[in-house]
Amino acid sequence: MSEQLLKLEPPFRSTEPYDPETRERLDRDAKDILARYPQPRSALLPMLHLVQAEDGYVTGRGIDFCAETLGITPAQVTGVATFYTQYKREPVGDYHVGVCINTLCAVMGGDQIWNELSEHLGVGHDESTEDGTVSLERIECNAACDFAPVMTVNWEFFDNMTPEKAKRLVDDLRAGKQVLPSRGPNTLCTWKQASRVLAGFDDGLAHEGVQAGTESLRGLDLARERGWTAPAADTGRAAPDEPVKPEEITDPPPNEPGKPIGGDVKPGSQEGRNQ
Amino acid sequence: MTTLTPVLTRNWDQPDSFTLAGYEREGGYTALRKALAMEPDAIVQTVKDSGLRGRGGAGFPTGMKWGFLPPDSPNPRYLVVNADESEPGTCKDIPLMMANPHVLVEGVIISSFAIKSNHAFIYVRGEVLHVIRRLQQAVRDAYAAGYLGKDILGSGYDLELVVHTGAGAYICGEETALLDSLEGYRGQPRLKPPFPAVAGLYGGPTVINNVESIASVPSIVANGADWFTSMGTEKSAGFGIFSLSGHVTKPGQYEAPLGITLRELLDMAGGVRGGRKLKFWTPGGSSTPLFTEEHLDVPLDFESVGAAGSMLGTRALQIFDDTVCVVRAVLRWSEFYAHESCGKCTPCREGTYWYKQLLKRLEAGQGSEEDLDTLLDLSDNILGRSFCALGDGATSPVVSSIKLFRDEYIRHFEQGGCPFDPAKSTLWGGAAV
Repeated sequence: MSEQLLKLEPPFRSTEPYDPETRERLDRDAKDILARYPQPRSALLPMLHLVQAEDGYVTGRGIDFCAETLGITPAQVTGVATFYTQYKREPVGDYHVGVCINTLCAVMGGDQIWNELSEHLGVGHDESTEDGTVSLERIECNAACDFAPVMTVNWEFFDNMTPEKAKRLVDDLRAGKQVLPSRGPNTLCTWKQASRVLAGFDDGLAHEGVQAGTESLRGLDLARERGWTAPAADTGRAAPDEPVKPEEITDPPPNEPGKPIGGDVKPGSQEGRNQ
Repeated sequence: MTTLTPVLTRNWDQPDSFTLAGYEREGGYTALRKALAMEPDAIVQTVKDSGLRGRGGAGFPTGMKWGFLPPDSPNPRYLVVNADESEPGTCKDIPLMMANPHVLVEGVIISSFAIKSNHAFIYVRGEVLHVIRRLQQAVRDAYAAGYLGKDILGSGYDLELVVHTGAGAYICGEETALLDSLEGYRGQPRLKPPFPAVAGLYGGPTVINNVESIASVPSIVANGADWFTSMGTEKSAGFGIFSLSGHVTKPGQYEAPLGITLRELLDMAGGVRGGRKLKFWTPGGSSTPLFTEEHLDVPLDFESVGAAGSMLGTRALQIFDDTVCVVRAVLRWSEFYAHESCGKCTPCREGTYWYKQLLKRLEAGQGSEEDLDTLLDLSDNILGRSFCALGDGATSPVVSSIKLFRDEYIRHFEQGGCPFDPAKSTLWGGAAV
């Protein structure tokens, strides 16, 4: 019982303040976040993501920083931080691995993946390996049911998983080998880097990776094959007043339209990206 | 025979579909130019005439929702897009925003202009990192192209659009919980009335719409209300993305007119895997009462699904074949609702906890027939007794499964355990007939 009570307290209620340089940087970022909203309190969720980008989890000093910046009490910040599952009260691994155990994924094999993976790593829900590289979480539906069973690493999608693929994935992560998501960029960022994107800061990777997985395209592929389209417009699609000129387009396509993405990776497929 | 009607998904097979250039090549942002030359009220009328109904589950007419904003409120108006897609089985908005974020951005600009709002938000769930990157990039590109910001395309209209990332809470898909979360609080539902149209974000008049609803607006403005109503049924107009998942040969996204049947969709998707028998399915996510083989020909529109005893919801068609134990499925959904109940209302908080305990016992074969009556009694005490619909949704799988599969519950405790082998249900279980 006393052990359980102890666990309720964050192990590192690190209230030691940030060094002045770090604090200055955080203040600048916080200013950016605050500028997005008509009212300052709305900045709290992104600021908590920012704290995780700095400390890896919601630390005591992170809570103090949010409270000071927004003019609210640390208790108010803590009340919010403990409501949302993505805010962690203890450090997680550099690679936070989620296994979907909601009904459909569980039935399709998520339960078996979870059991085998948890045994393979020797860690349970919300626990990290001793080397601090990998932590595990039983996640709820992640809106990718057509790719079941689904896993995530630092909130990137790993689709159509099996127990073998899952174990290889965490082994590779622990060995420092490159691991790529099924629908995501050409690098896998760390937990802290991912948290910074969640706080609303650009990491320049939006243009990487497939536009859609194979499953997402099933209906469209069939429609193309059978010549099915939506009805033609009753008035015709309005022409733009001033058509966009090619030189005005600042955003070149990452690949030539209609041509497959380069390399030996089949768009949307797990194969070849998770070896 | 119903055929597919790709509109929102039409450009998804282009490798650059998510870029501004890729979207504009397919006619993107032409509807915006047309809209900016229209009277805002005329756009609201067009959306009303189209019969577009909310694609987030409840099916409330979108144009009518816009019309509820009080004309004379001194507070600023807001448009908030609900991109917190988390209902089990629902997986349409996430691929939409990954492949075609600009159609949502264009929809936001047109819709905000129509309701005379100068500040819009997209509240996206936090567990979908690459989708968040794509949305943020699309918004940045739209600003750079002059589609957002001050004096959009010289029209004199200003709009700020912010992508706001959630932090892991299913309840934030409930519109008033979403507002609390966006204001920086715990995401807990508010008592209605007042409805958000009157007192929403920061107390101002607010419209909250689902991603797919807003993404449908550019095509309606470009092609006209008649074009939209030429698809679907009289009361459920237009197209929608149907998401097939589970024990189906080709799971995926199928964009079709409302009113298509599961029989037609299954036929397109290669049928139930391995030629096995369909056991049960959800028409619109786990919060909608289960259907069986008997319901294969129910037109998937709001009225027909409702008349057959369920709800169209988000067209999240989760397919379960005869290898699956319904008690296990319902237990897992109940564990989900217990985990996600925000704790504000007692019937939902305690009721979902009780569900979990009772169903665990039943699945392990240690329950009794009395437990089934307790579950039904408990359901009566949850349904309609909380601020929001989370608890109501939790009762759907429980009540419908007892009604449809009472014998299977009984077999569990008669036999002293689950009669099914979970290994056979897996993707690799090879459960051919």
